[in-house]
Amino acid sequence: MAGHVLVYIDQFQGRAVPSSWEAVGAARTLAQTLGGQVTALVAGADGSALATEAIQHGADRALVADDPGLAEYRAEPFASTVAKMARQADAAVLLFPTTGRTRELAGMVAVDLETGVTPDVIALEAKDGGVVATRPIYAGKLMTKETCPGRLHILTLRARAFPKPEPSAGRTGAVEKVPAEVGSPGTEVLGYKAAESGVSLTDAGTIVSGGRGVSNNPKLTPPPEITDDKQKEVWRAQQGFALVRELASVLGAAVGASRAAVDAGYIPYAHQVGQTGKVVSPDLYIACGISGAIQHLAGMRTSKTIVAINKDSEAPIFRMARFGIVGDLFEVVPALTKAFKARLGR
Amino acid sequence: MNIVVCVKQTPDTAATVTVQDGKVSWGDAPLVLNPWDEFAVEQALRTKEAHGGKVTALSLGAEGAKEALKQAVAMGCDEAILISDPGFAAADSLVASAALAAALAKLGEVDLAFFGRQAVDSDTGLTGAQVARRMGWPSLSLVAAVSAVDPAAKTIDVERMLEEGRQQVRSRLPAAVSVVKELNEPRYPSFMGIRKASKAVIPVWSSADLGMAAIPKAALTWPEVLGLPKVDSKCEIIEGDTTEAVAEKLVARLLEEKVL
Repeated sequence: MAGHVLVYIDQFQGRAVPSSWEAVGAARTLAQTLGGQVTALVAGADGSALATEAIQHGADRALVADDPGLAEYRAEPFASTVAKMARQADAAVLLFPTTGRTRELAGMVAVDLETGVTPDVIALEAKDGGVVATRPIYAGKLMTKETCPGRLHILTLRARAFPKPEPSAGRTGAVEKVPAEVGSPGTEVLGYKAAESGVSLTDAGTIVSGGRGVSNNPKLTPPPEITDDKQKEVWRAQQGFALVRELASVLGAAVGASRAAVDAGYIPYAHQVGQTGKVVSPDLYIACGISGAIQHLAGMRTSKTIVAINKDSEAPIFRMARFGIVGDLFEVVPALTKAFKARLGR
Repeated sequence: MNIVVCVKQTPDTAATVTVQDGKVSWGDAPLVLNPWDEFAVEQALRTKEAHGGKVTALSLGAEGAKEALKQAVAMGCDEAILISDPGFAAADSLVASAALAAALAKLGEVDLAFFGRQAVDSDTGLTGAQVARRMGWPSLSLVAAVSAVDPAAKTIDVERMLEEGRQQVRSRLPAAVSVVKELNEPRYPSFMGIRKASKAVIPVWSSADLGMAAIPKAALTWPEVLGLPKVDSKCEIIEGDTTEAVAEKLVARLLEEKVL
């Protein structure tokens, strides 16, 4: 249990997810305090390039398991391979970036190594040769600190909670090939359907979100072929979300939504921010026509700057916001799009 | 098919949760069936309706967790079992998964175990995958659609919601499936279901009943639970004569504060 730190590089089809480099940066900081080295763990079809990138972002060395059986992400062979790499390294901590893949992967590796996992960590401190990890519980209504005394502590780090280090092309380190542990997985990847959300909400620096209010534009008249009241409402909401999307597009932002908007059928679930959706922490979160139910606030309260646009000045979202505009989003949002375009030259 | 759905009792999501004397308190807010688990129960019931068999709801918790199991029975589960033992009081996900896996083994030839994505109290989202690992089953997490179940060929086809898109996967059975909310619309308990649940006798299995010689020691410790720091709730309301002026002023303020 020397103070070594392992960091898993999560990747999709050969490209690292951005939060993998945030995890390497966090590993570097920890290893300096613990007096150990940072080893990047790479598993995939061909991980050499990722290993080099990991070292450039701050790892001292990399273990790479290349195998055709790891070409597509499947939990079982990845877990066996990562557990094997972790066993051969004598480390105190194993970090993962938090993604859909790594949460299950971390859990399965923990079973193989009979140890503990702290998921979705937002702060870390080194203590007694290990770490104290802080993570939200009760959908961010509380925080808990967790330790894993005497065993390898596995952590998944929330995207955007730790700074992303700048890569340095001059950094070098040993890259060691290790055998994968593919076994006979019981799963087969048949294919992919494109993502519904366009920009990944969890990695987005800016998010523009729409709520139930986007369907309330009285000035719009649905086309005559829509006769059903529910369909009229959804049509109005889609016009409203078009305004949200235009603003998002000018800002290079991801589009989010409240649960109310998702449940009303205005926009797919992949966009939902909140307790039963995605938990996000962008630099800028613009809430349009979202009143701010406690379950929504749970999903976005760690945003650095929150802007609320709502016609009801008493809406709870204003209590969380840094800036507020009390007004009609159907006028305010297009005006904002125009103003950002002018100021940002886009 | 022999189907199991693993559920947890949690405080209602609308509860105000605070820390009092280092302990979590949700006041008098009601305890409910974990909202994510409702989707798991619904999918278990739909699978049974399509392919026959039975659905057993399984929970690890204190005696009071029987209420969550009764909710699952009221929705249509055939049976319910509570795992409860003072030795599990300090369980982390490692220990909880060992208990649930032991119960699945005791239940015999299980074909499918459904889980909700995560519990709204502990928020770990680890249990489904960890139970799968202990059973040596494939773990299918973040499942947003079940496209096909073939009991004869012992396969299931699902769509998993990854950040990059939906991954379409075929898995052998038995498997552990952990679901997200888009999967279905959970049903409300029927009148008959509520009557059935009120009379249901729910067996309680201890660690000894599960054949666990010793309860494994939790890997994690929780030295501290913290309330949130009070947010500086000062919201600067941007005003102006026209909408355009308000918009320009907000953009200027965001640039001033280097948000952009």
